[in-house]
Amino acid sequence: MANYSTNEFRSGLKVMLDGDPCSILENEFVKPGKGQAFNRVRLRNLATGRVWERTFKSGDSLEGADVMDRDMQYLYNDGEFWHFMEPGTFEQFQADAKAVGDSHLWLKEQDECVVTLYNGSPLSVTPPNFVELEIVETDPGLKGDTAQGGSKPATLVTGAVVKVPLFITTGEVVRVDTRTGEYQNRVSK
Amino acid sequence: MPWQPGAGLDQLRARAGLLATLRRFFDERGVLEVETPLLCSAGITDPAIEPLIVGEGRSVAAAPRYLQTSPEYAMKRLLAAGSGPIYQIARAFRDGEAGARHNPEFSLLEWYRPGFDHHALMDEVAALVCACLGQRPWRKLSYRALFVDSIGIDPFSASSAQLETQARAAHDLGDLAGDRDFWLDVLLTHQVEPWLAGQGLCFVYDYPATQAALSRIVTVDGVAVGQRFELYIDGVELANGYCELTDASEQRARFIADNERRRALGQAPRPIDERLLAALDAGLPACSGVALGVDRLLMLATGETDIRRVLAFDWERS
Repeated sequence: MANYSTNEFRSGLKVMLDGDPCSILENEFVKPGKGQAFNRVRLRNLATGRVWERTFKSGDSLEGADVMDRDMQYLYNDGEFWHFMEPGTFEQFQADAKAVGDSHLWLKEQDECVVTLYNGSPLSVTPPNFVELEIVETDPGLKGDTAQGGSKPATLVTGAVVKVPLFITTGEVVRVDTRTGEYQNRVSK
Repeated sequence: MPWQPGAGLDQLRARAGLLATLRRFFDERGVLEVETPLLCSAGITDPAIEPLIVGEGRSVAAAPRYLQTSPEYAMKRLLAAGSGPIYQIARAFRDGEAGARHNPEFSLLEWYRPGFDHHALMDEVAALVCACLGQRPWRKLSYRALFVDSIGIDPFSASSAQLETQARAAHDLGDLAGDRDFWLDVLLTHQVEPWLAGQGLCFVYDYPATQAALSRIVTVDGVAVGQRFELYIDGVELANGYCELTDASEQRARFIADNERRRALGQAPRPIDERLLAALDAGLPACSGVALGVDRLLMLATGETDIRRVLAFDWERS
């Protein structure tokens, strides 16, 4: 991979740092009136998700990371791996629990998600911002209680537990924001 | 590809107004406006400043020319020729300096005052800034007091290891390594300047002798200091000034030391400006001089935080 100098650091650039692929979020150039210039760089470690700031001497460089985001369809889970397919090429990829992380709570078969590949293998999985999932267990609904506030936990088919309004019943499908884990609305079938 | 300017029309008008204010200020004080070449046959030896070099064309076939990083050397030659007080509003160029407060091509206001020491010049800088931004209180802090007040470290007595420990305690600095001045620069940019953001208009003066640049070195309280100052406004570094070194042989020694540091850092040495040294040899009057970032002054005047929005066309658009 190519090397990138601090003045080429842009938001979204993927670089190798301390052995891990990282994505650059922000790059601030600072310099005293006279003297050494620095770049204060915010990065996300793509292997761990950690976001932090590292300072470089201006002009230092980092090796680019072979990382790319691909739109893929989630196929199934075989008990150990989650399987994805690129719709255009039908190429399949399997991701382990480390790569999938908490995203497994939002993966529904056939849904499109973003699989981040590092050296050709899944590094992380990003579900769609909104998913529609069936409730498999929640306390009995309170009919006619649509106006009143209040919520209760509901377990979704994927195992995720979200807070839903009291009138929602088992077997219904709800729309959830995967970035916050918040209930959005009931989906009519 | 966007063709539009990055600055609004109101910014262009504010710039024109600011330039008029600057010229009026110096006209009223009898300071002469001058112009000097942007393309110079010698560059600058400072290891922390890289010039842009023009090497294509018949006029530079024999030797490349350096786009000036400041008009300092040429203006000192005018002073040595008897110009009296002079100022210049010029473009300056510094390779690799780009960010929210830096553009590789920028506008510098530089002026020289024969007979002024750096404290007298700080007074005049404050008057100029107040003429542009409105009256406001200002104060002076020595470099030592600045470090002690902001982060509780004496920059003259602390060891290099202590400075590094203080820096690493708060920041991920990877495998950065350097000398004492390097760690002072880390602390200045990462811890002291953020503190200065809450301090309004503040001059910092009497820098470590190793950071004297082109200022005279004197002994204050048993410590060698460079009679150099920086102006910060709300943490924005706006101006750098010196009580100027006038001794030609010491100036030559500093250029040579700069080039030795450049070699040690793996940088190409730069040709030394022999014309400047000849002028110093002929006699530069005792004077103080200062360079002030016009684009940053405009940022402060208009409340803008990104230099790209006060330039008609910043580096990416030029």
